[in-house]
Amino acid sequence: MFKLISQRLALGFLTLFAASVLIFSGTEVLPGDLASAILQNNATPENLAALRSQLGLDRPAPVRYVEWLSNTVHGDLGVSLANEWDVAEEVVPRLKNTLFLASYAAIIAVPLAVILGILAAISQGSLFDRFVNGFTLLTISVPEYFLAYLLVKYLAVHHFWFPSLANVTPDTPFFSRLYLLFLPMLTLLLVTLAHMMRMTRASVLAIMSNPYIEMAYLKGLPKWKIVVRHALPNALAPIISVIVLNLAYLIVGVVVVETVFVYPGLGQLLVDSVSKHDVPVVQACGLIFASTFILLNLTADVLGILSNPRLRMPR
Amino acid sequence: MEEYNKLKHMFDQGVLSRRQFMSGVAAIGAGVAMGTSTFSLDALAADEPKKGGTLKLGLGGGSTTDSLDPRSWTDSVGLLMGFGVYNQLVENGPNNEPIPELAESWEAQPGAAKWTFKLRKGVQFSNGKEFDADDAVYSLNLHRGETKSGVAGPFKAVKDVQKVDKYTIEITLESGDADLPSMLTDYHVMMVPNGHTDWKNPIGTGAFVVDGVAPGVGGTFNRSKNFWKTGRGWLDRVEITVINDRTARMNALLSGQVMAINRTDPKAVAKLKADKFDVVQSPGGYHPVISMMVDAKPFDNSDFRLAMKYSMDREQMLKSLFQGIGSVGNDHPIPRGDANFNTDLPQRKMDLDKAAFHLKKSGVTSKVLMQASEAAGAESLNMAQSLQQTAGKAGIKVDIKKEPADAFWSNVWLKGAFVTSYWGGRPTATAMLSVAYKAGAPWNETHWNNGKFDKLLADAKAELDLAKRKTYLWECQRMLSEEGGALIPAFQDYLSTSTDKVGGISVHKGFDMDNGRVMEKAFIKG
Repeated sequence: MFKLISQRLALGFLTLFAASVLIFSGTEVLPGDLASAILQNNATPENLAALRSQLGLDRPAPVRYVEWLSNTVHGDLGVSLANEWDVAEEVVPRLKNTLFLASYAAIIAVPLAVILGILAAISQGSLFDRFVNGFTLLTISVPEYFLAYLLVKYLAVHHFWFPSLANVTPDTPFFSRLYLLFLPMLTLLLVTLAHMMRMTRASVLAIMSNPYIEMAYLKGLPKWKIVVRHALPNALAPIISVIVLNLAYLIVGVVVVETVFVYPGLGQLLVDSVSKHDVPVVQACGLIFASTFILLNLTADVLGILSNPRLRMPR
Repeated sequence: MEEYNKLKHMFDQGVLSRRQFMSGVAAIGAGVAMGTSTFSLDALAADEPKKGGTLKLGLGGGSTTDSLDPRSWTDSVGLLMGFGVYNQLVENGPNNEPIPELAESWEAQPGAAKWTFKLRKGVQFSNGKEFDADDAVYSLNLHRGETKSGVAGPFKAVKDVQKVDKYTIEITLESGDADLPSMLTDYHVMMVPNGHTDWKNPIGTGAFVVDGVAPGVGGTFNRSKNFWKTGRGWLDRVEITVINDRTARMNALLSGQVMAINRTDPKAVAKLKADKFDVVQSPGGYHPVISMMVDAKPFDNSDFRLAMKYSMDREQMLKSLFQGIGSVGNDHPIPRGDANFNTDLPQRKMDLDKAAFHLKKSGVTSKVLMQASEAAGAESLNMAQSLQQTAGKAGIKVDIKKEPADAFWSNVWLKGAFVTSYWGGRPTATAMLSVAYKAGAPWNETHWNNGKFDKLLADAKAELDLAKRKTYLWECQRMLSEEGGALIPAFQDYLSTSTDKVGGISVHKGFDMDNGRVMEKAFIKG
């Protein structure tokens, strides 16, 4: 088992390295350059040249890649070209915000989805099953910005129950944060719920047709016990990978929700920085997103291995 | 008293609202005793400025480049925060006229090439240091020579900046420019302490000090203890949230989380007014352009250019591009709010017969290719298609190539012969004409090169007699409108909106949010 896990870890690092090369070359081929993006139509040849050499844009790319990689490994992400701040200083609060919203949504959505999925599986075909299925299908079919605007319209503008702006600062206390983030959390909850819930339901039901489940019926176990004790453990692997996929989405894919609710997360920073050609920030964000994906998939693999006795104890 | 009479006159003419009149009176220090008896004071009491309170602003036009380095600003949020923290030598008054700020007075020698500015005494920076000539010289030099400053172009005209004594500086120009004081009202030209380079910890003479700024997210500001103006700087605190999404900005206002927003959706104006929001419409100088290079085929033919001009449906474009919030353009860049706007020039209207006539006279039969991009304003593609359609009716075949926004300014603009573009307003007509229509100017997108025009412009710049300047500038506008290469369908007005709790945001003929000075001018009503 350890061999299996260390293999996965090594592969993860390799992927991360490949991603860093892709990210760097990706930022190299962006059309136009930062200097003209900053100056827009205020640019003259003179102030363009001055800004370019100030930003170090006139040196060859491989040199800058090696320099960047070694600095990044040493924890130095460089200086934002747009505002001359340390990239870490700019990225870390945004990353914290992103992780906070993701955890907030995940802590509610994951257990809820799994429980609803199991309940739906137990009562397959019932009114409850059909309602949950239909409702989650509806929320996942609606584009998330539309869902977000609907929530804002009814819960923030018609009734002043929840704020439409999630403008947190680093000093915002924990509970006001929860309140300010309620609508974005709810949007993400509604968007991610369906996927996880339906996968739980489907995986459990797939197991339910196995002979050993029939055996359990025949020995007279109640249905909930069959599902929880016999079906669920064997259905865990696909459920875990769907949950992890959704967690990754909650971290890297929420830029639309961030925009609608004006939440200062990492996604908005990335979009903003791409449009300003702020390469160090784009690279840092790209690397964070890549690591998130790789790390979470690694976790899914490891958990999958752990949940499967055949892989846990290979002969 | 003269200032007061002017305000009174404007109020009587209906140019100013009561509130604007009152804040104007307050700004010039004329008290209640001076004739406010003409109105019912009771009705105005609630609108009178009072100290204290927090103003929450939701603003579009922010990005990660919002630092407090005055040279770096290109958009609303940066410059608006700047006007809260810093002051200028010269302020741009409500009608685009230069009025004293940190410079008490100024004087030009004949020919307008040598200027003396007397600085205000006893003004302190937020760190307690007194503002003097060394600070002014350093601050002006930030924009000269090798610099990334957005005002570097116009500042090339500055030959030298010298300290005369502790409270006097002298500015020498390469050639005469009677509009130098107006040039100093550009939002980049802020006064900072001599030698200051730490832009994360800005020091200014403005109404506010920075509490915290996060680029692209927003900032918080507290009142500065050392602010020197009377009748300005009412608020205890200002909180700015960057909201670039138009719908989100509107939602924030409607849900009561911010008290004022800029760049209001024109479609929402009627509803906002009905809901008792104050909508301030400022006639700015922002105008989209379709530029034709007058030295490239077939645009070198003046009849072909006229055919284009006559085939443009300006009224329709004003409606579809800006929902009618603005005014139609006349193919020259001077907005109707400018003191030197040519009011004699007949407004050109769509006339397809005339267009067809000029097309025939020009002998041009080939297709022309227009390069359009959203980089040049969200309305660009819409504008391009509208022209394509109406020009087609007159027999001019126009193809549109949609260019990606990313590299538009570096790869397409100033290179293509027929491209979409835009200009933000400039404080003066001479500045606008010099930046984009003078022969040899780096951003002369139409390659307009006319000796008579350049002479008129140079004469207007050096002329201190206002009536004479006007005749020169009127002729410049006429020439551009009739022969120039710019198609200018419309000027857009700015819309700022606030709840009725906020006072002091008045109409300004420059930019929105009281020309960016909302932080020092606004107050919370009692």
